[in-house]
Amino acid sequence: MASVMASKVRQKRIAQLIARGKRLDGREPYDYREVQVESGLIERAEGSARVRLGKSEVLVGTKIEVGEPFPDTPNEGVLTVNAELVPLASPSFEPGPPDENSVELARVVDRGIRESKAIALEDLVVEPGKKVFVVFVDVYVLNHDGNLIDASALAAFGALMNTKMSNYEIKEGEVKIKPGYKPLPMRNYPVAVTFAKFNDKLVVDPGLEEEQVMDARLTMTIEKDGKVCAVQKGGDGYFTAQQIFEAGKIAREKAVELRKLVVKE
Amino acid sequence: MSQKKAEKLIDEKDVRIDGRKLEEMRPIKIEVGILGNADGSAYIEQGKNKILAAVYGPREIHPKHQALPDRAALRCRYHMAPFSVQERKSPAPSRREQELSKVIREALEPSIFTEYYPRTAIDLFIEVLQADGGTRCAGINVASLALADAGIPMRDLVSACAAGKVEGRIVLDLNDMEDKGGEADMPLAYMPNHDAITLLQMDGMLTGEEFEQVVNLALEGCRQINQVQKEALRSKYVAVKEQGEKEEEAEAKGEEEGEE
Repeated sequence: MASVMASKVRQKRIAQLIARGKRLDGREPYDYREVQVESGLIERAEGSARVRLGKSEVLVGTKIEVGEPFPDTPNEGVLTVNAELVPLASPSFEPGPPDENSVELARVVDRGIRESKAIALEDLVVEPGKKVFVVFVDVYVLNHDGNLIDASALAAFGALMNTKMSNYEIKEGEVKIKPGYKPLPMRNYPVAVTFAKFNDKLVVDPGLEEEQVMDARLTMTIEKDGKVCAVQKGGDGYFTAQQIFEAGKIAREKAVELRKLVVKE
Repeated sequence: MSQKKAEKLIDEKDVRIDGRKLEEMRPIKIEVGILGNADGSAYIEQGKNKILAAVYGPREIHPKHQALPDRAALRCRYHMAPFSVQERKSPAPSRREQELSKVIREALEPSIFTEYYPRTAIDLFIEVLQADGGTRCAGINVASLALADAGIPMRDLVSACAAGKVEGRIVLDLNDMEDKGGEADMPLAYMPNHDAITLLQMDGMLTGEEFEQVVNLALEGCRQINQVQKEALRSKYVAVKEQGEKEEEAEAKGEEEGEE
């Protein structure tokens, strides 16, 4: 871990700057780093997108397969989100089964998509109770420089918007692929906005070094009409109710900016 | 429990499916110090939830590389018994349990003076014996008491309660049916004496205004639970004190009799 930790001197400097409303890289408290979204990089995937958030880089690919619905939702397709903190992305990532950080990342991304009902899952049923389409969203972190949640959520959203389903017909209960594609039915656009808290100050989009100094983290996922559809606090510190309400207001503004990078109006 | 879907979770008179009012909590029963081997333990019943928590430590940490040079490592396992839910749950930890273990640890860590015990482990085990919605909150409530029972120095008790939106109305402490059938569920943990929110999660859909209402209602729930927790701790120590006094009396009597 030593190589990924900012030195004590640098940590102190970050904290001092933030206390004065400034940041190490010159950003304002509520500024994001430069964000780039590119779609359709992986031809084999049904959909894909890469997000660069400063130096953080996340690739998301989607795959669609035929599978069984969950017993309690026989008339809906299935959404599955998985996240891999690939060892090449950071000296702190190790090969092996997903640790709690990658499980949390996947579940926060999943919650935003699921709770905003972004995918019209009821349109993905082949045979109610028996056969439905399963949408796999695989988050692949390629470079870790902080705020993986926002980068991953945006890349997942971009990949879903880029996802094409093959045309199909049902012959004797089997799904037969026909030529041609149609887009995955999407009806909502969730965007995650993450805050870091330093004493009484909030900033958005913490970088890796800021994450090492922050007291706690708060992610708010905002859907297209500005409603909150998922929240997750992380880290060993705490927030006050006032800070949470303030974060809610800022998140709604920031979500509009980020959403434009994927959905051109 | 029946599988059939209730038609309405809240009736015209604002009475909920289990007979509660909108802002009414389920009845809570807590016992502190009920396991023999653990350094601290507690048991909670919140509605149909039945949850045990045990604390071991501060103790030597294994594996050694997990040791932190400046504080104790709080390690937390939230686990559901296979028979705790309608369909048997595999005992292997699910992704949900892994995430909850993490957020529960992060909810409790701010309350503990971990810096008093560098290079040690404080292990916290939460076993859900029966689940009926809101198990992470009930788990935090009982875990905070188990930590106190273990004698670990703490800044405050952590109290947790969920609030949410069901059929258009803002309600406190959702049960399983309300959680599944409602529009939003927000678990929140709070240290009342520090005005610190240490856990906040939400899934569902809320407008900005509703979001603030739900946070405020959950905070109110936490304050109520804090009273119940304090009472549970107090009654345990009264019991211990009375037990001690009885033993002393018996001893004194025994000595008197011996002298005669």
